[in-house]
Amino acid sequence: MAPIKHHLSDSLLMAYSAGTLPEAFNLVIATHVSMCDECRARMESFDTVGGAVLESCDLVSLDAGSLEATLAMIAGAPVDRVRPATPCKGGIFPAPLRDYVGGDLESVRWKKLGGGVSQYLLDTSRDATVRLLHIPAGTAVPDHGHRGTELTLVLKGAFIDGNDRFARGDVEIADEDLQHTPIADVGEDCICLAATDARLKFSKLIPRMAQPFIGM
Amino acid sequence: MAANTTDADWIGHIRRIRDAQDQAAFVALFKHFAPRVKAFLMKSGASESLAEECTQEVMATLWRKSHLFDPARASVATWIFTIARNRKIDALRKQRRPEPEDLTWGPEAEPDQEDVLTLQQESERLAEALAQLPEKQRDLITKAYFGDLSHSEIADQTGLPLGTIKSRIRLALEKLRHEMK
Repeated sequence: MAPIKHHLSDSLLMAYSAGTLPEAFNLVIATHVSMCDECRARMESFDTVGGAVLESCDLVSLDAGSLEATLAMIAGAPVDRVRPATPCKGGIFPAPLRDYVGGDLESVRWKKLGGGVSQYLLDTSRDATVRLLHIPAGTAVPDHGHRGTELTLVLKGAFIDGNDRFARGDVEIADEDLQHTPIADVGEDCICLAATDARLKFSKLIPRMAQPFIGM
Repeated sequence: MAANTTDADWIGHIRRIRDAQDQAAFVALFKHFAPRVKAFLMKSGASESLAEECTQEVMATLWRKSHLFDPARASVATWIFTIARNRKIDALRKQRRPEPEDLTWGPEAEPDQEDVLTLQQESERLAEALAQLPEKQRDLITKAYFGDLSHSEIADQTGLPLGTIKSRIRLALEKLRHEMK
């Protein structure tokens, strides 16, 4: 696999570490970080900032029986020896995505959107949406502007957007100013994981027009 | 904080829980961290009673998951922060928390002692750097961790020197990847 060239931003990694992002974004970030040790190291650095913030919190007094109640919780509870399953080799979905899909690529129940493009919506909290997209080689995803932020992570194949090429592991961060036309690279079909928080904002303003071409 | 207990000392407490189910070590960790976890949860929007309940669960999780703590990548405060954060998302925001694929040492292997010490020192340095930031900047960072800022309000430039600790964690990840082969 070629080295990952397009990474997550500090603000997204910090918000992921703080735990304040919508679930849909968290899924894209957890999936990217599973493939990218550079962003994992950055994310864990932000966890260190979180640890420092925790350490600097003023103390709040606990309930009188707090320690005893906690000791009762752990009494008889064996220290867990279970280690997480090692990442399964083969397949193209890292563990967090596999958990949401319930399997790898062959488990995806695609729905056609027209123009050869298919999608599969994943079930997350409603403050944002995340979907898998299947774009045939050489096909353009129609031009779409944004409301809010959109993250697109490539899992298979590649797409070209302007002067940039995004291959497996690369993530494109698009905000509302960006009008873009991603085109799946020739050679093989492109599969990506795309999250957006646009829909909610959209539907508040113009409910009827909230479902443009591919539901973005 | 018991003035003489440093970040690095807490690692020994976690190891004693992991290796000997040492209750005294747990009590010491509880006394230091539980009031902070509760404060963190209340600042994040939990009621006093919910924060109390979650704090007890967070501390119990620390007991059960002690074997998953990697001191070459995190201080004990950092690790407890991640447990508290996950509990917060679950209890306050009612969401699942997708986590990256786990990378942990096998039962036979441990990280190098030197890597552990360096990482703990870097964590302390980062905490000092945070404390020394101008108040306005420090406020923005703590607000982000308490959930008072959206991701688009968080600046990509935090003013925190994260380069060194990132390099240390990166190195630990490389060693771990090598070990897993």
